[in-house]
This record gives sequence, structure tokens and C-alpha cells, in this order.
Amino acid sequence: MYPEYMLESIKKVDKTRAKRLEIAKKYGKKVYPPMSEEERKEVLSTYHPDYKDDARKAVRIGPNKGEMITNEVVDILESYPRNDPHVFDLNKVDLETDVLVIGAGSAGLAAAIEASNLGSRVTIITKLRLGDSNSMMAQGGIQAADQSDDSPVHHYLDVIGGGHFDNKPDLVEALVMDAPRSIKWLEDLGVMFDKNPDGTMMVKSGGGTSRNRMHSARDYTGAAICRVLRDEVCNRPDKIKYIEYTAATELVLDEHKHVAGAIIFHLENKLYSIIKAKTVILATGGFGRLHIRGFETTNHYGATADGLVMGYRAGANMLFMDSVQYHPTGAVFPEQIVGFLCTEKIRGLGAQPVNNQGELFVYPMEPRDIEASAFIRECEQNRGVTTPSGLKGIWLDTPLIELINGHGTIEKYLPAMLRQYRRFDIDVRKYPMLVYPTLHYQNGGLEIDDNAETKVPGLYVAGEASGGIHGRNRLMGNSQLDIIVFGRRAGKNAALKVSKGITLGKLSLKHVEDYIHEVDKLGIDRKRISPVVLPDYIPDHIKAKQLTANYQGTII
Amino acid sequence: MADKRKLIKVYITGELFEVPEGSTIITAMEYAGFQLKRGVGCREGYCGACATVYREKGDYKLKSGLACQTVVSEGMAIAMIPFVPAEKPVYDLDELSPEISTFIDLFPNVFRCVSCNTCTKSCPQDIEVMDYVQAIIRGDLERAANLSFDCIRCGLCALRCPAEIVQYNNAILARRLYARYLAKKSPELETRIKELEKGKFKKEIDQMKKMPREKLSEKYYKREIKIS
Repeated sequence: MYPEYMLESIKKVDKTRAKRLEIAKKYGKKVYPPMSEEERKEVLSTYHPDYKDDARKAVRIGPNKGEMITNEVVDILESYPRNDPHVFDLNKVDLETDVLVIGAGSAGLAAAIEASNLGSRVTIITKLRLGDSNSMMAQGGIQAADQSDDSPVHHYLDVIGGGHFDNKPDLVEALVMDAPRSIKWLEDLGVMFDKNPDGTMMVKSGGGTSRNRMHSARDYTGAAICRVLRDEVCNRPDKIKYIEYTAATELVLDEHKHVAGAIIFHLENKLYSIIKAKTVILATGGFGRLHIRGFETTNHYGATADGLVMGYRAGANMLFMDSVQYHPTGAVFPEQIVGFLCTEKIRGLGAQPVNNQGELFVYPMEPRDIEASAFIRECEQNRGVTTPSGLKGIWLDTPLIELINGHGTIEKYLPAMLRQYRRFDIDVRKYPMLVYPTLHYQNGGLEIDDNAETKVPGLYVAGEASGGIHGRNRLMGNSQLDIIVFGRRAGKNAALKVSKGITLGKLSLKHVEDYIHEVDKLGIDRKRISPVVLPDYIPDHIKAKQLTANYQGTII
Repeated sequence: MADKRKLIKVYITGELFEVPEGSTIITAMEYAGFQLKRGVGCREGYCGACATVYREKGDYKLKSGLACQTVVSEGMAIAMIPFVPAEKPVYDLDELSPEISTFIDLFPNVFRCVSCNTCTKSCPQDIEVMDYVQAIIRGDLERAANLSFDCIRCGLCALRCPAEIVQYNNAILARRLYARYLAKKSPELETRIKELEKGKFKKEIDQMKKMPREKLSEKYYKREIKIS
């Protein structure tokens, strides 16, 4: 439960609620004027963490050499590989496959299903369990313009405006045009969406959307999708092989620089294997667990951007890796759930962000980067609430949801949120949540075309590891959509390529050797290695006493 | 900055460690020096990777929960469950019917439920597990699908079930059958897909793809927002 002094601020929120309810009843979501182009620029440049002077530096190596990129990303790119490439005998292959999928979130699972539909032999490797991913954690929804008052044209404009017009148009087109079919594909596989009694989809709005097009499955949307895809993969043991607790550390190319497989190793027994594959799909997710600028994150334990490193070393270029998404509403109280996601659907259902005086200060449905910046502004100008551990936040007035939509709405449509807070004796139907932006999403990634292929022949990327779809800011519900759209495209195109016939040349890790030579020139610490594989949360004073104190990188 | 939190004693797989008060089981283990691989996933209660059995000081009962959501207490004894080797039958959804006979074929032991309610008591999501098992037995797949919806497949129900039922695998089949065969289809969705197949919207999208940034920006900021 909240301490007494926080309850005092909540009293002020309670006091203004009736008036704010009136405004909501009159104006819907427009309880505060949306920002103009100039206002957006102003709030971003002053308060968004990406715009701090020391947020980026030039990467000195690889295909994007010279480009200004988020510091923590530069550090994992300017790192030594986990192994000396000379230790591997590439003539001794442990497993051969047509399509190798690295990562088993929804993008990887969708790719595997589609590739197997077209007759390819598929192998999935994942460093944790099948389905363990950010996909499983997505709460709010998946966008698709299937309503009669909506169209893919509106969807296109929302996506590209939300991304500050930097998005690759071909990818946006693929995203919005494939969206309705993707929903149907999921429903046919057995995903239960929230529906109206007549069978039409129950849709909500999201930040930066001009129509209600957020499809949901309570506030377990990502889980509802991902667990069905996982179940489907498990139903195809003769077509799809999966290997868990196994991380990829390097891509293998052939002598003609066509992708040809990967070096993998088992996290527990440390055995490594060489997989030879005609095509590879990277579906490794984003970088949340790198804790950019020290931010807490909503992300899964495995979100360490391994695919970005492997793909980059193999010659694939990146787009928009100067851009980080902070989700506006991360929990800041209680201590145990700091950084956890409070879904955007909460605002979609009418909850309003208010300051310590209970006052509205921003249009609740701005795109995420704008909304997050406005929250930071409010806190920096001392209109936030400080927690006992010194974190700041603003109130997200959840009790309003029940007043707008009727008693029982939260229990029915936000059961995960209700459960999360109830575990700590806070009933969000009666008390607001204290929130602050939290590290959520890697906006950029490895550049793909609309076939989901990179510039490295045979190497595909799907999901958060890819770049270009969302420009420099992704809107809510478009990630759940992109993992399905581009997961499926990657799977289909990889399988088609295989069916046309691929003859691989001699396997090679020369690209890794060359990369090491480049890293040598930078004079960096030899202990800096990547991919990161898993984050390390052991406190320094304990670590100092461990036998592995001088181990390179995380203890894996 | 030195960590000023009060330390309490806990037993991790039988071994004594001092960890900060207020930690969850996961963060307590990390504080104690464990680099977790199994038994850790989303860390927010969505993935079901961290099923854990524990006993509180002075209590004889073995309790269960999610390690990422359970706060440690003085004297608590903890054991994480790395994996549940439960049976998962293979099926092709296209060939199934949303009927009780499907469960008779694929999950015959679900009918052995003795209504002891142990599954419900062991569920960290507070799902009425026994009720959805009973709904499956009655052939009420809609009820089973809805009651089981928030399942995160941690495996605790199956581990404690005296009738050896794998509740969560039954549940996902019930939900998949319901969504595929029983839920009403959206006529709007079908119409939109047909429109897309006929090439509708392509021309307008192509125009926007070619638009210079300034013009596109103008169109974007002028667009009508119709949300409720």
C-alpha cells in the first residue's frame, strides 16, 4: 500500500476526478489539446533522453562506421567475439537445416510455422525456453485497420507520422496492408481476441492513432498470441526442431558471403555446435536488458541485442540505432515492480495522466516519445511525486476507468494489471498507479527490405531486431503486428529461397577474423565481449568475492 | 552507494544466505550470487518460467508461487522448479472438432478429476483451475476458454494434481478450439480482407509513399482523429 504522504497527493487526484470525468464524457480522449509539430519538437529536444548531449557516440567499426548511435549499442558493437574463430572446425557440422531461426518469440515462431508450411526443414534455437520473449509480455494490443471507419491508408499515415517520417515506406506499406490478414491468420490458429457480441473486434485507441484499431486479448495480448504459436510449433515435431537453453554467438557465412549457419552453445553444459543452414532468420529481439542510460526496463531477461551484434559482424547494416523507446508508463511504486509495464491500454480505456496536484498536463494519447517526454518535463518541474526510494513519477488515474466504462471493466479487461498491484495490496480500481517512463523498445535495428531480407544474402530479420518499419518511434500495437507480418514474410521468403535451390560454398568465419582486426585497432579492453547473452545482476561486492571475478563478461 | 537495506536470512535449496528485505525470490537469488539461467524469464509474471516451491518459517505447509512475484521473508526456504516434463499430445487443429470427443481422444485423463481443488489452490494467477477442468469435462469449451484465459503455463497445477492431469495443455486446446470454431467471426474483417485482395487502398498508399516529407507531414497533422 502507498505510504501516508503519497496518499495525501492521491487525495488531490480524487478531488479533481469528478471534473475530469465530466471533461472525458464531453470530449472523449481529447481531455487536453494534442501538441502541434513545434510543441512536439520542443518537448522532445528538451526532455527526451535520446536528445541528451552524451546519449550517442560515433561507431568506429562495421557497416555503419561514423554514424552517431546510442552509447550502449556502440559498446556491444565495439567488442571482441566470445570465441576465437580459429577454434571451430567448420568441416565438422553438427546439424544441417534449411531454415535456422534464432530466437523463439512470436516473430521466430511465426517464421518457423510459415517456413514449415512451404516444406522447409526448420530448426529454432533459443537461449531460454520456446516462447520466452518480449512478445509474451506484450499487454495492450495489436493494430489492424479492419474497422469500417478505418483503412490501411489511415494506418499508414499514423505509423509514418509517429515515426517522424523516417520509416522505410515499403515496410510501412507491408505492415499496414498485411495487418487484417495477420489477424485472421492468428484467429484461425486459435488466438482469442476480445470481441463484441456480433463477432466484430472490440477495438481501442492507442497513442498516436487516428482511429480505434487496437485489437486485444484482455491485457495478455502478447501471451495469447505467443502461446498459440508455441503450441502450433510443438504440434509439428516432424517439421520443426527446437533447441532450448542454447545461444547463438556468431553467424557463419560461406566463401561467397552468403549466410550459411551459426555457432551455438548450450548455456548449461557449455557444449558448442556448428549448425549449417541455407538461410538464417534472426528473431532475437531488442536491447532492453542493456539498460540504456541506466533506465529500468519492461523487457524480458534475454533482451540483450545478440542478433544485432551477430548480423552486424556478418555485414548487415543498421537503421535508426540512435533511437530508444521509453514507454511512458512504467511502474515506479512499489519497489518490487519498478520499471514494469503498465499497458497503454490503461489510457486506451480512459485513465488520465495527472500531476501531484491532480491536474491534467498532456493529451493522454500522444505518440510514446512525446507522452514520455511530457511526463519527464512534469517531474523535472517538480510536479511529480517522489517515492520512498527517491524515484519520481506522475499519477495514472485508473479509478476513472470504472467511472467511464462501468464497474468491473478493470477486472475484465486489465486482469494482469489488477493482479500485479493486488500482490502488493494496491487496488487500482480505487487508487491510481504511480508511473514514469521505462526503457521499452529498440526502435531501430538491422535494415531489411519488404521480404524481411538484409543485405547479407540469405539472412533475414524479423521483429524488434529489425530496423526501418517504425522509423524513430514505434506506436503501440505495431510491434505485435510487425512480429507477425515480418515473421511470416521472413519464414515464407526464406523457404521460397530454399525451394529455388541454394548450394552453399565452403563455410567461413573470416568475417569474424576481419572484425577482430578492426576491433584491435580501437585499442579497447579485451575483456569487452559480445553478444551479451544474459544480463548480470549480481551486486559488485558479492561478485568481487566470486572465483569468476576476472571472468570475461557475464558469467554464462 | 552502499546498499543500506536490512538483510534477512533465507534458505535457497537448503543453503543459508543473507539477502535484502523486500527482495523477490529472483532478486534475492541474484543478490546471493546466482547467475540464473533456468527459472527466469520475463520477471514480470507473464511467462511462467519461475515456478517455485517455498515454506515460510514456522509453517509446515509447502506453498508455491512465481519467484519474480513472491517477496522473501525471514527464514523462508526456497526451491525453484527448473522444468515440468509434462505430456503434450501432438494434434492438427484443422482436423479437430470443438467437442468433448476431442478431449476424450487427446486428454483422456482429464476425466479422472477428483474435484479436490488442489490445482486452484496452487495457481499463482488465482485462476479457477478446477472449474475450467470441470467445464471441459462437461464439454463447455467457451467457459473453459474464458476461465483459463490468464494461464501462464507455469506448471504448478499439473505438478500437484493427484489425478495426473496436465491442466494447462487442456486449457490451451480449449481456447484454440473456441477461437477457431466457436467464436463468431468478424464480418468487417472478412470484408476488409476481400477489399485488400482486390487491390483497394494500393493507389492511395502508393501516392503517400512518393510524397515529399513536408507534404506528408502536412497531411499527417491535418488528419482527422476519430477515437473514442
